[in-house]
Parts: sequence; structure tokens; C-alpha cells
Amino acid sequence: MILAATPISASWYLGLSALLFTVGAVGLLVRRNPLVMFMCVELMLNAVNLTFVTFARELDDVGGQVVVFFVLVVAAAEVVIGLGIIVGILRRRPGATADDLSLLKG
Amino acid sequence: MVELTWVIPALPLLGFLLLLAFGRRLGDPLAGWLATATVGGSFAATVVVFLGLRGADGGDAHRYTQTLFTWLPAGGFSVDVGFLVDPLSITMCLFVTGTAALIHLYSIGYMHGDEGFSRFFVYMNLFVFSMLVLVLGDNLLLTFLGWEGVGACSYFLIAFWHTKEANASAGKKAFVTNRIGDWGYLVAILLTFFALGSITYTDIFAGAGGLATTTATAIAVLLVIGAIGKSAQLPLYVWLPDAMAGPTPVSALIHAATMVTAGVYLLTRMNPVIAQASPWVSTTIAVVGAATALFAATVAVAQHDIKRVLAYSTVSQLGYMFLAVGSGAYVAAIFHMVTHAFFKALLFLGSGSVIHGMGGEQDMRRMGGLRALMPVTAATFIVGWLAIAGVPPFSGFWSKDEVLLFAWEKHPLLWAVGLVTALLTAFYMGRLVFLTFFGEPRWRRAGTHPGGEAEQSAAEVADDGGGATSTATAVTAVAAEQEVHPHESPWTMTVPLVVLAGLSLLGGVINLSFLSRLQVLEHWLEPVVEAGEHHLDSSSGVKLGLAVVATVASLVGIGLASVLYLRRSAADRPAEPDILLEGWHYDQAVSAFAGGPGRRFFDATTWFDRHIVDGAVNGVAALIRGLGGVARGLQSGYVRSYALGVAAGAVVLVAVFVLRGVAL
Amino acid sequence: MTLGLLAQAGDGVAPIDTPGVAWSALSPILVLIGGAIVLLVVGALAPRRSRIGWHAMLTVAVAGGTIAAVVPLWDRVHDDGPYSAVASAVGVDGFSLFVTVVIAVAVAIAALLTDGYLRREGLEGPEPYVLMLLSAAGAVMMASANDLIVMFLGLEIMSIAVYVLAGLHLRRRRSGEAAVKYFVLGSFSSAFFLYGVALVYGATGSTNLVRIARFLAANTLADQGLLIAGFALLLVGFGFKVAAVPFHSWTPDVYQGSPSPIVAFMASGVKAGGFAGLLRVFVATFGTYRLDWQPVVYGIAVLSLVVGAVLAVVQTDVKRMLAYSSINHAGFILIGVQAATDEGVTAALFYLAAYTFMVAGAFGVVTVVGRRGDGHHHLDDYQGLARRQPLLALVFAIFLLAQAGVPLTSGFLAKFYVVEAAIEARSFWLALVAMVSAVVSAFLYLRIVLVMYAGAGDGADTDPAAGRPRLAVPAAAAIALVVAVAATIGIGLVPDPLTRTARDATPELVAASD
Repeated sequence: MILAATPISASWYLGLSALLFTVGAVGLLVRRNPLVMFMCVELMLNAVNLTFVTFARELDDVGGQVVVFFVLVVAAAEVVIGLGIIVGILRRRPGATADDLSLLKG
Repeated sequence: MVELTWVIPALPLLGFLLLLAFGRRLGDPLAGWLATATVGGSFAATVVVFLGLRGADGGDAHRYTQTLFTWLPAGGFSVDVGFLVDPLSITMCLFVTGTAALIHLYSIGYMHGDEGFSRFFVYMNLFVFSMLVLVLGDNLLLTFLGWEGVGACSYFLIAFWHTKEANASAGKKAFVTNRIGDWGYLVAILLTFFALGSITYTDIFAGAGGLATTTATAIAVLLVIGAIGKSAQLPLYVWLPDAMAGPTPVSALIHAATMVTAGVYLLTRMNPVIAQASPWVSTTIAVVGAATALFAATVAVAQHDIKRVLAYSTVSQLGYMFLAVGSGAYVAAIFHMVTHAFFKALLFLGSGSVIHGMGGEQDMRRMGGLRALMPVTAATFIVGWLAIAGVPPFSGFWSKDEVLLFAWEKHPLLWAVGLVTALLTAFYMGRLVFLTFFGEPRWRRAGTHPGGEAEQSAAEVADDGGGATSTATAVTAVAAEQEVHPHESPWTMTVPLVVLAGLSLLGGVINLSFLSRLQVLEHWLEPVVEAGEHHLDSSSGVKLGLAVVATVASLVGIGLASVLYLRRSAADRPAEPDILLEGWHYDQAVSAFAGGPGRRFFDATTWFDRHIVDGAVNGVAALIRGLGGVARGLQSGYVRSYALGVAAGAVVLVAVFVLRGVAL
Repeated sequence: MTLGLLAQAGDGVAPIDTPGVAWSALSPILVLIGGAIVLLVVGALAPRRSRIGWHAMLTVAVAGGTIAAVVPLWDRVHDDGPYSAVASAVGVDGFSLFVTVVIAVAVAIAALLTDGYLRREGLEGPEPYVLMLLSAAGAVMMASANDLIVMFLGLEIMSIAVYVLAGLHLRRRRSGEAAVKYFVLGSFSSAFFLYGVALVYGATGSTNLVRIARFLAANTLADQGLLIAGFALLLVGFGFKVAAVPFHSWTPDVYQGSPSPIVAFMASGVKAGGFAGLLRVFVATFGTYRLDWQPVVYGIAVLSLVVGAVLAVVQTDVKRMLAYSSINHAGFILIGVQAATDEGVTAALFYLAAYTFMVAGAFGVVTVVGRRGDGHHHLDDYQGLARRQPLLALVFAIFLLAQAGVPLTSGFLAKFYVVEAAIEARSFWLALVAMVSAVVSAFLYLRIVLVMYAGAGDGADTDPAAGRPRLAVPAAAAIALVVAVAATIGIGLVPDPLTRTARDATPELVAASD
């Protein structure tokens, strides 16, 4: 098995997290549903978490792993607030997409 | 006695604050009297300080710095709020406070009955305060503060009657063009600081001699840009003629006597730096001045609005002062500034008196024959006219002669331009006087009433004009009836006219050029301008010759005007009904006189003024609006496009950083 | 204790030292958060509506308490020098304390404005004040963070509270839209920021600013790619918070849609937090790499100056105008950042302090003029204001002229100092752009002033605004406006105390001694 013989180095993880981050960012740009857009942000944050963990392992430093917990808490807080705001909008205007919110411009 | 210096600006400031707080309650005319009293007190304080400075003797005795407090500690230096009293600043103060006091007095009568009476004096006092800060400031930054302050008051007062759309846009135009000048001034301050480590005048005088030529040149050029904006020279003069939209006393005080001369003052103040700069800088100043003088004089010939004639005339006379500065004749520049303040304030106030008496009419084609109805105004106005035309022994003759003499030594061509301007000045001012005060009264035809009634009302007016105490309320009533009843103005307006007429007549005595002993102003200012002053080496024969030529030019100008405007109207006097048409005949006479091309040239200069120069100013504004309009499109309101902007920005940032990192 | 247990349980892992917590060093943050919690609890128990605005009073008291908490710290820093606490995660230096005071002032002014606003709009509850205090705590955390993760936490605490505040006015569609836009874009940019933190961590091996600075000073990296990309992503996060071009697009929409008193806080407090973080991370920590990031900040500053000024000129909505002008102001402050010198930091701090009063005051007037519904922000609504309410118009004119940089106001000195710093740092072209943009934006301020003062002299029949009711200025808002005007003029006349304080407040990174 060639795959087993090749050790998965840190740069693979870094590449993956960069890819995930990009997927999240592009997803936010192309999706119109505010909830999905928000999920994309969560994906981006978790991609960063993967980067942190990788570096923590590379550097043999526990700090990077602790950061992940902080980020998870922050992400949870963002979810609470974000859902509140988005649901508040959707309740008043059911089915509204991000593009419907363009009252303010110019 | 020089310790009283702080009182000079403090009194107008006090007046400003009092009027701001209680102006409305004081009302008309008490607010005006309060304002006049504070400015008058300021004048008295100036006289006291002046006498104190005069009395002092010894090396540096004619220079006194009064530091109030440290204002701006910045980096390694600090800027004090302090006043520098020396022959130059005290001379400026004397004529600024003096004319300001007279114009304040005049305004009590002129603004009587105006809704914004107390507001007007609030601005006027603030203006005088700012002007005094400008003149007395002991460093470039404090002068800049005053510079901005007078600018702000000027915009407020131009747009004083905001109801008129033109006034508001004139205020805006003044703001824009002045900003260009201010930019030059600001950069000059910064450069001076980096070159000398200080922006205090005494340090600048001491250190200017050691400046590198390039640095001095850069500072001088930037200062000249600032001065060009403030003193309405080519190509930044556009705002001044439009600024005449404000009340007439404002034109007299700000746009003729004081604020617009600030540029000349600044250049005179900084003469050691200009002396250190490349010679082409002063040549440029002289050329700009001469070109402006001639250009504005030609435009003035074609104007119908009495105030616009005076406005262009002011631009032209400021050109003279620039010509003087550029020729190294700083004393002559200040001398001309002082005499110009007297006679131009007089002319503006006189025109205000005319406009007041005519119920707001400003078109000279609808004036004429006012001499009999407004004797005091007419007599004083004629004095002002002879002074500006340069007829000896009026003050304007002496100062203009000085300027021309120095211009001759700089380059005969500059002198020639100055001479032609002098001729044109005498001509267009003659035209103004003849059209306004002489000839057939054309205002009777302004109304639509049948002849008989008009005659009758004119008779009433004549009676009214005899007693010089008619009130302004009568004017408003008359204006409401669309009927013009010219009458003499109240005493508060005529007294300043008489005083200014006296000064215009005798103002020359402060610097009589034919005897060195009598050149009082020159000896007085000598310590301030010694670095930059050009020393004459023409023989007295040349001096006399030039003076005679200049006098002849003035007389020729007046003669031409009388031929074209006075005689013709006298010949047509036998009451042909259509006098308005006669007005057009005069213009045709001008065309015939100057030939078709000449007329077109005058038109062309006016056109250039209106389209090219105005257009450039408006064009920049339009460009910014256009850009903004395009950029607005990017702000689409869609959150996803904003996110795209953020993401694209992030990508660009990363790319720039990494590419630079690789390159390094 | 839990961590201690874990440490004992793990084999071969060194026991984790729990850091000693120096409570005094955290006192400003603790006062803000504690005040928020007290307000929330008491607010839940006490009647929701009352005639006296004790919610606002309590908030102002908490802000005052924060400033009071700063005083002993300032003395200590002044005497013994800056220090660091909680395992070097929080720094106490002149810089953090200065910004703390600025943020506390912003909270106090915004709270005073909010009181009248809530009554007028029929909203209630202590929540806006609680959120504002929490947001301020986050901003203070950013200013004093000595660790990138603490910085991130501060940024999120500050932002999340403000997302909610933006959507405070539930019944207004614009308020909701502003909240969604701010939230989506804000969390988007936060993700970039966090990624930047991760990359810097990977490159330097630490998230602690002190250790990063030491590492960068001591080592030359063979491959700078990670670090440099980290710089870029951190800059995205900060650029977003301070509303710098090209990360500014949210600003006009959010400022226009959000409740006006909240905008007063956003433009002052949140901006101060963002700039504090930017200065702390880039100037103090990445100072050795300034040649890498200076040109980029330079470019962002130029873009902000130009775009802010040019776009502001074409607006007709006063709130939008002020939003664009705040982008322009961000450009000015970035000039100070770009200089990366002590003068630059001092100038930026001076600007932040002066700008807080100007912009909070300006949005205070906007709050009042907005009237019920908070919708009257068109330029026409200001027509002839000078005649109807000369004092209010004068106050607004002072704020606008100060923002334009008219001498004898704080705004002039603020601009003067940043431009001076730029010139000392040999950034002549940047100084030139700044001056030109000041000229262009002066148009905009003057335009509003002219509109207010136009029609002041004519008859009532020609005035389109004649029939309008007199605007009510609540007492609390009046106090806020008076304080802001006094500060704007006072700083302009006697700048010396503030200048000296700002000069003492350059950020210094010191490791904890414990």
C-alpha cells in the first residue's frame, strides 16, 4: 500500500484546512439563504480550528489546542446571536434571501 | 504702552461675544452701535500702541512680542499665541481698525431695517477680530488662523442674504478657490518648519539668510499660491467679483480694504524668504500682478453693475500691489494698500449709498444725474475717483507713482502694462462716475408710470434729497412701489464718506516721494523690509518723467471717458423719451471707439472669466461628483457583493504581502 | 482546579501551571462586565418603564467607575512602568488605559443619547445598555490584549454585542437589515482574522504578543510566507472593524440602518477598539516587520481617504454622509498607524480621543433630528434648522466643522498631528493625499452646515420646513451634546493635557513577572 507508506505530513492537514476555509468563503459568496451563509462561516471557523490543531501538534505546544475550545465557544455565541437575528428577519419576511435585503444602498 | 497690544483684538472679540449673546435683544440700531464702539475702541488702542512704539528707540525697539500662552505643543516645538508688534503690523492695524470703525458706523445706516441686523454685526466684529489676529500673529500658524477666520466670515457675509441663490453659490465659489490658496499656505508652513525648526516670524527673519535657495524658492512659491488665492490674482480671482453679492459694507471692508490685502501682507511679512529665493519667483509675482491688473481693468470697462466695476477694479489694484511686491517695492505695496483701502472703501461705500438711495438698483444704465440729488455722496465719490485715477495730488497718485517707478526699474514692459492699466482705470472709473452722477437721469424710466407722474415724483425726490436725513424706511416703501426716488443717505452713512474722502485726498502725505525727508512710511517700515527691498537707482529726472507720463495717462483716460459718456449724454439731453436706448448708444460708442476687435476683446475677457476659469472650478467639483456617482454603483446593497469585496480585498492583501515578501 | 486534576491524570505531560490572576489589572474590564450583569439583574426585577432614566444613569455610573478604575492603574504604570498580568495575556500600559478611557467616554455619551431614543421609539428595557457595556468590555479587552486569542475574544465580544444593538429597533426593517448585513460580514471577516492568528501562531510558535515580538526580533525566518499571509489576514479583520477601504462596504448600510445612538457608539467606541488592536498588533508586535506591512497600510489609508471623501460628497442622507466621512476619518487615523513611530501612535490616539467626541456628538444631533421612527435623516430635514433651533444647529455645525478640521477645534489638531507624523515618517505623498481629501470632505460638512443655515433670513412662507414641529431635545441628550461640544472646543483650545497624556500612552509589550 503506497498510501500507507507515505506519511501524512502536516502540510496535508494545512492544505485541507485551507481548502475547507475556501469552500466556506466561496459558499458564503454563492449561497443566498442566510442560514446556509451562516453555516459557511461556521465551516470557515472550523477550518481554522484544524489549522490550530495541526500547528499545535507540529510545535508540540498545547496552547494551540486550547485555542480550539475558545473558538468553539465563540462560534456557539455567534450561533445564538446569528440565529436570533436571522430568524427575527425570516419571521417578519418568510422565505427572504440575502439578496432581498437591499433596502440600504448607494 | 505697547503692553496694551492684546486689547486691540480683544475688543472686537468682546463685541462679537456680547452680540452673540445679547445681539437680538439689543436689536437695531443698538447692536450696531455696540459693534462700532468696540471697533472704535480697538482703533484707539492701536493708536496708543502705535505712539508707544514710535516713542521707543534703540536697535530692536520697534519690535515687540507679547506672548499670551502656549497653544500647540507639537513634537520638538511649540506654537505660542502671541502678538508681534512692529512697524508693519501696527501700520496694518491702524488702517484696518480705522476703516473698519468707519464702515461699521456706515453699516448702522445701511443695514437699518434688515432682518439680520444684529447677525450682520456679529459677523463683522468676528471678521475684524480675525483680521487683527492675522495681522498681529507672531507666527505663521496664528496668521493662518486669522487667514481662515477672515475667510469664514467672508463666506458667511457673502451668503448673508442666503435667499438669493447667487449669493449662496458665490459663497461656495469663494470657499473653493480660497482652499487652493490655503493649501499652498499650509504646505509653506510645514516646509518652513522643517527648514528652520520654527514658524515664529522673529526666528524666520533671523534664519532666512541661511536658507538654501531651493528651499526658500519652494516656500516662496507656496506662499505666493496662498497669496494669489486670498488676494484674488490670476487665475484664482474668480471669487471676488461674485463676492459682491453680499451687502455693500462687506464688499468695502472685506473685499476691498482689508481681507484681500492679506496676501500682499503675507508676502511683505515674509520678504526675507522671498529675497532668498530664486529671482524668478519675484519676477513671477510681478508678472502675475501686472497681468491681473491689466486683465481686470479690461473686464471692468465692459461691466454695467456698479459694484462689479468696483470689484474688477479691486482685482486690478491688487494686481498693482503684487507688481510692487514682485518689483521689490514692499513699501510701495503697503503704501498703495493703505491708500487703496481709503479710496476703495470710499468708492464702495459711495456706491452703497447710491444703491441705497436708488432702492437697490445696481445697474449704471438706469442711473445718471444723481449729482444733484445726492450731493455728499457725489462729491466724496468724485474724490475717490480722482484718487484711484491717479490725479495729483490725490493719494492714489503718490502710491501708484511709486509702484510704477519700481516696475520701471524691474522691466520697462511691466511699467508699460501698469501705465495702460492706469489709463484704463481712469477711463472705466470715469465711465462709472459719468454714468452714475452726471448726464440724464435714466432711473425715471425704470418705472412704467406716465411721464407727468414721474416728473412729479422726481420733484418730490429733489426736495427730499435736499434734507439729508431721509430714512431707510422710506426706501423700502419706495422699493415696494417699484418706483425709484433717489435721495441722500442718513448721516451715519455720509460721515464715513466724508472722513474717507479726506483720507483719500491727503493719504499721500505719509510717503511723499519727491523728498527723502518726507518719505515717512518708508523710513518707518525700513527695518521690516530691508532684506527684500529693492533700492532705486533712477535719477530724479527719470522719476519726474515717469510721474508726468502717468499723470498724462490718467488725464487721457478721464478725457476719453468724458468724451464718450459725458458729452454725448449732454448733447442728447433734450429729453428724448427712450433713454434706455441711449444707454445702448453709449455702448455702441464704446465699440466704435475701440473698434470691433476691441469690443470683442472686452467681451472675450468676460467670456474667459465666465466660462474657462469658472468652468475649471466647477469642473473639478463635477469630476468628484461623477466619480462618486460611479463608485456608488458598487455599493449595491447586496450583502453578498459586500462579502465578495471583503474576500477580494483579503485575496489582494495576501497576494501583495506574499509577492512583496518573495521580492524581498 | 480542574486543570490541575487533568494535569495529574496525564502521564508524561508537564503539570499545567494555572496563572495567577491579578484582579486589579483587570479591574476596568471587570467593572464593565459586572456593571452589565448588575444592570441586567436589577433591570429584570425592577419595573421596565420609569420616568427617570435610571438605566442610562447606571450605565454612565459604570462608565465613570471604569475611568475611576483606570486612575490607580495609570499611576502605577506611571511610577513603576507597564506590566502584564494573567500569564502575559493582558497588558497594562499607558496605551490600554488611554483607550479604555476613550471607550468609557463613548459608552457614557451613547448611553445618554440612548435614553431619549428608547422613550421616543417606545422601546424599553436595560438590554441596550447591557449590550453596550459588554461591547465596551470587549473593546477594552482588545486594547489591553497581549495575546492574539485574547484579542480575538475581545473582538468577538465587542462585535457580537454590536450586531444585536444594530438590530435593536425590531419594528424597523432597516434596522433588521443592518443587523443581518453587519452580522454576516462581521463574522465573515472574523474568520479571516482567526485564520490570520492561526498562521502567525504556526510561523512563530506562540499566540502571545510578547513572545511573538521577541521571536521576530531574535530569529530571521527562512520562509516568511506563513507569517506574511498571517499579517494580511489579520489586517483584513482589523480593517473591517475600523471601516477601512476595501473592507468598508458594510459601514454606510449599517450606520444608516442602525439606531442613531448605537451608531454613535459604533463610530466611536467600536472604532477605538479596532484601532487599539491594530496598533497593538502591528506597530508594537510586528514592528520589526514594518517594511512589509507599511506599504499595504499606506495603500489602505489612501483608499480610505479618497473613497470616504468622494462617496460622502454624493450622498443626500446625513447618516450615510457621516458613515462615509467616518471611513475618511479611518483613513486619517491609518496615517498615524502607517507611520509606525511613537509620534504616529500618539497622533492616532489623539485623533481617536478627539474623534470620539465629534462623532458621538454628531450622531447625537442626528438622533434628535431623526424624530419618532428615526427616519428623518435626509438633507432636507436639516433645512433651516438654524432658524428653528439655532442652538442645536450651532452644536451640529461645531461637530461638523471639527470633523472638517477647522482650526480651534479638536479636529484641526487631530489632523495636524497625523499629517505631521506622516511627514516625519517621510510619507509626503500620503500627507498630500490627506490634505486633498480633507479639502474634498470639507465640501460635505459645509454642505450640511449651509443647508442648516440656508433660509434662516427669509420669510416663513417660502420655508419648506415652516410647519415642522419643534424637535424635543431630551435632557440626557442635551447633557451629552454639551459635554461633547465642550470637549471638542476645549481640546482645540488647550490641547496640551491630552497631547501629553497621549504621548505617555504608547503601547509597550512586557512579559508577566509572575
